[in-house]
Amino acid sequence: MRASQSVRREPVWRVAALRIIPYSLLYIILTLGAIVFSIPMLWTLSSSLKDTIHIFTQTVQWIPNPVHWENYLELFIRLPFLTFIWNSLIIVANNVVATVLTASLAGYAFARLRAPGRDFMFLLVIGTMLLPGQVTLIPRYIIFNKLGMIDTYWPLLLPSWLGGGAFEIFLFRQFFMTLPTELDDAARIDGCGTLRIYWSIVLPLSQPVIATMAIFNFIWSWSDFFTPLIYLNSFQKFTIALGLATLQRSAEQSTRWELVMAGAVLSIIPMLVIFFLGQKYFVQGIALTGSKG
Amino acid sequence: MNFATGKEQVAASGQSKGTTHARTRSKRAWREAIEFYLMLSPWALGFIVLVAGPMIYSLYLSFTDYDLFNAPKWIGLENFRYLFTSPPPSSVLWKSLAVTAYFTFLSVPVSIAGSLLLAVLLNTKVRGLPFYRTSFYLPSLTPAFASALLWVWIFNSKFGLANAFLRSIGLPPVQWLTDPHWVIPTFVLMGLWGLGGNTMIIFLAGLQGVPVHLYEAAEIDGANWWDRFWAVTLPQISPTLFFNLVLGIIGSFQIFTSAYLMTGGGPNYSTYFLVLYIYQEAFKSLHMGRGAALAWILFVILMIFTLLQFWLSRRWVYYEGGEAK
Repeated sequence: MRASQSVRREPVWRVAALRIIPYSLLYIILTLGAIVFSIPMLWTLSSSLKDTIHIFTQTVQWIPNPVHWENYLELFIRLPFLTFIWNSLIIVANNVVATVLTASLAGYAFARLRAPGRDFMFLLVIGTMLLPGQVTLIPRYIIFNKLGMIDTYWPLLLPSWLGGGAFEIFLFRQFFMTLPTELDDAARIDGCGTLRIYWSIVLPLSQPVIATMAIFNFIWSWSDFFTPLIYLNSFQKFTIALGLATLQRSAEQSTRWELVMAGAVLSIIPMLVIFFLGQKYFVQGIALTGSKG
Repeated sequence: MNFATGKEQVAASGQSKGTTHARTRSKRAWREAIEFYLMLSPWALGFIVLVAGPMIYSLYLSFTDYDLFNAPKWIGLENFRYLFTSPPPSSVLWKSLAVTAYFTFLSVPVSIAGSLLLAVLLNTKVRGLPFYRTSFYLPSLTPAFASALLWVWIFNSKFGLANAFLRSIGLPPVQWLTDPHWVIPTFVLMGLWGLGGNTMIIFLAGLQGVPVHLYEAAEIDGANWWDRFWAVTLPQISPTLFFNLVLGIIGSFQIFTSAYLMTGGGPNYSTYFLVLYIYQEAFKSLHMGRGAALAWILFVILMIFTLLQFWLSRRWVYYEGGEAK
């Protein structure tokens, strides 16, 4: 039956058209999509460089004329933006280091060591992944309040030292399980202890997963709005997220939208930098999540 | 289990040589167990202090009246009674639940379908693929607080880009964020900007795992691209689809930042999402007990949805039995 069908040869032009048309259609769709997706960012950038007269017009002006670079300068004069950025960076650095250290430790234990109750413990780790943070939010706040830690960085810094998150533990475990055990065994015969094997053999081999986890935690910490909102009150301790929110509130009265847009651009820059530096780890890491999930 | 073979061999050879070795073997097992729990201790401490303890405490709080200053007062089910049965003008819970559910069931299907479509388009051998992937992925990296501000400005009813676009094609302007009928669709529209993010990448990984020979077989059988998508791609990536669906629903039920910054829950409670309500009760009105009760309501709803999805998944998620790793 198939043979009789293939006897009726399709004309060459049709075959060619069937190949070319879907592909050019694909290019058109993708290119249009890419343009549409970049519009919000370009508009923000453009708005951040306008003056008040040009920002409040109903005609769309993509290229600001004149270009007001000094908006960015004004941002730093009006608000302690440098302090905000510094505060955010401290929190980010702490959380990246703490998460990578403690989550990889737990991940290693799950991947390589045998102990009674291990599978149950692992189930608990997975269980916390599905737990919405709001359930523990209020008691945590009360605990930190009782410890006198409201309006300090402790509530933002401490949790990542305590296990670093279920998702991270899970990914570290998955990665460690792909490493050959022969290396561990050889080191053990040479008299290495477990901690030593973890530190000087397994971790150096785990650079991809460490990079992925560091990048993700950088992004999550930098983008976190809720935690600082709840725990921080003093202006000088604000992170960039809170600083921008303050700026927006004042902008609604003083109508300085160009400054809000400049602040938004500034807060995105670190994300872009980390993306272009660690590009290859993004796809790898996310793909690992999905395929094993 | 592969990883234990080395030690098992050592242990096995010990066993044949007599009891002294059996003792060293059990000693080694002990040592290993202790090391396991030592390495797990940061997490275990965190689990007790930051998860299990707080969960029990929050369950207790949900039956109390507590304002942080006076000791918690046991009031039984009063918080839940208040939340569920207060007459309409004050019963914010039902409104909040309705709004959250409306947002979730509008945004999750749209964004899952959108990311899948995008993943399918990007799973072809297009030239300049890295460029396309990057331009679709980058928006999802924008922190939620920054994108909230950016969209407030775009949806500004007078000077925003969105209405400028509508004007240019001859349509009347829309009150994107101030019209109660428009505000949820606007939030969904905003969410589409993040379409090329992690959900899409997870789909892409799923698509790349579909064995090529299945497509070839389908093609020989005369299947067109739609048949191939429907009969090969979709069943093959159904575990990925399921994963994204579960996470998508959990995530969108917890929407907060954009609503807090863009609308503050308005207009007329149209974006008063559940987490916004929890935040208001607990940290603005200092009704810790009522806030905890709300958090448990959220938790139970998410549990029900997740379990329901797991139960339904047996009917539509296809796991390749033989080839599963």
